[in-house]
Amino acid sequence: MSTPSTVPADNGTIFYLRSEHHPENGTLLGFWLYLMSDCLIFACLFASYGVLGRNYAAGPSGADLFDLPLVALNTTMLLLSSITYGFAMLEMAKNRVGLMLSWLVLTLLFGLAFLSIELYEFHHMIAEGATPQRSAFLSSFFTLVGTHGLHVTFGCIWLVTLMVQVAKRGLIAENKRRLMCLSMFWHFLDVVWIGVFSFVYLIGSMS
Amino acid sequence: MTPAPTSESVLFGKLSLAALPLHEPILVATFAVVALGGVAILGALTYYRVWGYLWREWITSIDHKKIGIMYIILALVMLLRGFSDAIMMRLQQAIAFAGAEGYLPPHHYDQIFTAHGVIMIFFVAMPFITGFMNYLVPLQIGARDVAFPFLNNFSFWMTVGGAVLTMISLFVGEYAATGWLAYPPLSGLASSPGVGVDYYIWSLQVAGVGTLLSGVNLIATIVKMRAPGMTMMRLPVFTWTALCSNILIVASFPVLTAALALLSLDRYLGTAFFTNDFGGSAMMYVNLIWIWGHPEVYILVLPAFGIFSEVVATYCGKRLFGYASMVYATVVITILSYLVWLHHFFTMGSGASVNSFFGITTMIISIPTGAKIFNWLFTMYRGRIRFELPMMWTVAFMLTFVIGGMTGVLLAVPPADFVLHNSLFLVAHFHNVIIGGVLFGLFAGIAYWFPKVTGFKLDVFWGKVSFWCWVVGFYFAFMPLYVLGLMGVTRRMNRFEDPSLQIWFVIAAFGAVLIAFGIGAFLLQLFVSFRKREQLKDLTGDPWNGRTLEWSTSSPPPAYNFAFTPVVHDLDPWWDMKRRGYVRPTEGFIPIHMPKNTGAGVVLAGLSVVCGFGLIWHIWWLAGAAFVTIVVSAIVHTFNYARDFHIPASEVTETENGRTRMLAAGV
Repeated sequence: MSTPSTVPADNGTIFYLRSEHHPENGTLLGFWLYLMSDCLIFACLFASYGVLGRNYAAGPSGADLFDLPLVALNTTMLLLSSITYGFAMLEMAKNRVGLMLSWLVLTLLFGLAFLSIELYEFHHMIAEGATPQRSAFLSSFFTLVGTHGLHVTFGCIWLVTLMVQVAKRGLIAENKRRLMCLSMFWHFLDVVWIGVFSFVYLIGSMS
Repeated sequence: MTPAPTSESVLFGKLSLAALPLHEPILVATFAVVALGGVAILGALTYYRVWGYLWREWITSIDHKKIGIMYIILALVMLLRGFSDAIMMRLQQAIAFAGAEGYLPPHHYDQIFTAHGVIMIFFVAMPFITGFMNYLVPLQIGARDVAFPFLNNFSFWMTVGGAVLTMISLFVGEYAATGWLAYPPLSGLASSPGVGVDYYIWSLQVAGVGTLLSGVNLIATIVKMRAPGMTMMRLPVFTWTALCSNILIVASFPVLTAALALLSLDRYLGTAFFTNDFGGSAMMYVNLIWIWGHPEVYILVLPAFGIFSEVVATYCGKRLFGYASMVYATVVITILSYLVWLHHFFTMGSGASVNSFFGITTMIISIPTGAKIFNWLFTMYRGRIRFELPMMWTVAFMLTFVIGGMTGVLLAVPPADFVLHNSLFLVAHFHNVIIGGVLFGLFAGIAYWFPKVTGFKLDVFWGKVSFWCWVVGFYFAFMPLYVLGLMGVTRRMNRFEDPSLQIWFVIAAFGAVLIAFGIGAFLLQLFVSFRKREQLKDLTGDPWNGRTLEWSTSSPPPAYNFAFTPVVHDLDPWWDMKRRGYVRPTEGFIPIHMPKNTGAGVVLAGLSVVCGFGLIWHIWWLAGAAFVTIVVSAIVHTFNYARDFHIPASEVTETENGRTRMLAAGV
């Protein structure tokens, strides 16, 4: 808020601002609220995995199916993409468009690598007969991991959109705000994935 | 009504001419009336050339006031549909006795009670409440609009999209016959192979997007956009309840989304979340849906409590008794509403200790609620009470809601619940709190803020007729259900054997007819008030000697709400301003920065309806094409950076001079 020039009422009390009132921008708060609601969707999916995750219906279990080295590689891809996004944001703060875009390209590549490995894993499991229909365990596994994968997919689409917008208009305030939102989204997916990795893959491999 | 066709074509999916309910005379007649009415309305709109006006001023509008009004119109239209369902059920139950089958076969009757519940909660109560919050919150906190005006327009049209899908099910295919929460395994593919449950799922998913985003929007608005000096403990109580209600929306609607998504995976992909075989658990659905469903009740009733708080303070000419305790009670209810969901299924077998925990948390909720009742009563105590319509609704609410609250505490006792579970006692209880609490609150709110919205007051005579029909009709319609429930009659029955029960159902049907008169009188009240609008005109902008900021601007408020942003020094800021000799500024206006209208919201919502329809009828190409178009249009929309403009100072001056003249005419 700029220093308001004000008009006193009869007894000197100020009842209105003469200049324009600029409330804080609510976009980051609003986006944060959206992320928390998204987090609740994941919470429900984690909860259903918690309830159904041992209901194998005489089908394969996590220990039979999970290929931990592959998942570890996949996790590395996603974590690296978060780091490169972080570097992109540092470049944004310095207003270096070219460098920032290069980091974003790298982020996108890591994201796509993550998705490809995940699709390969899914394909492999389904080919072995471990389909989402096979048991409640597999239904909840595919839904939880698949929902995360869908989020990463839309994150990639959004990333490409923002790269085009930055290339067209540069680092104007709107674009910076959008990049901040996608940054939160991207790191949020990272956090969720850490939950998936430990709760689903690590514990599942041990059972 | 139509059994699902077994074959699916690539072009039309499950959709065929057999999906049209031509063999159901009731539906054919309804369709004829709706079609004729629709054609008449569309014809009139074209004849009077108002399409352009509607598109520019309403459909694409991002003005929170217009969006609020459109929400309330949606709610009123859907109220008529939901009430038609109700009176059909009352008539059926009043006549289907001792061998008589009534006029509604079971499969039709089951769809009617499902549609009644879904429509009344999602497409009447929710849009009503959201409409009030949209209209009032920015005005009460001294803001020009909500935090995300475009999102607001999009949210509204998504809600409409959900309602449209529900209405389509009336004439194309069928609706769910599962009850309003669609418990599996009944709602699973094996027991409900038709499109009814799919209509249910996709209409709620489409509307749910709107509800969630509007929740995010209003929280950000209240947190970020308050006028200078408007601290949290100076927020009007309605805005406080709106804040808590929207926090509940953001914290509970994702759970509904998740539960319905899992149900749709079971139905579309054959997964095993809620199935009886392959390790699924139907009980998980019941838990998830009520983790959303119980907070939902408070999403609806908290803003109604807020309305009563504003009404009581205004018509008693006193500051609200115990403002701080009212705020804390609201917050406590918000938190507790998350800790009671299991009381909806004590009989599911969670065990004595779990049931005791949820029974006790449920009873504890009655403490902050009771505190609120006492706050309203003490506000009235030694106040200068004016028994205008809103105050009448408030008194009726206090009497009725206390009865509903007490039967609620009764149901919260697990052993008693084992007897009363799924009985008409339960049906009587929740209608008692939803009609006596939410609906009475909404009618109080309509009578109270109508002059602010339209610039003229509502006609009192027809308002009183409507009030008495509603209140008396409510008691006639639901007290017999308490009696029947205590006698052990279960809900959702379409015929009965024991003739000694009939008289109670006849009394309940009589009550429903009285409520029908109440609705009729309300519509008449709107019509008569419009005819007498010159007589009922509100020139001052403050017809009730109000206390909060919305009464400091003109009726109806200008697009920018306030020519200058108000500065707040006390609770009830407008009262404070009047008391301390505030002088309205008449010159020195500056240009005002405002958001621009956009058609993106209605386009995206329309595509969502198409996508939902494709999914319901398994028309995969249509659903896929619509989904891709949604994503592409959303991306295209983000390339539009020119989203705001300035209202020039000359225009502000002209508008404000108009108000100066109006105020002079009023004196």
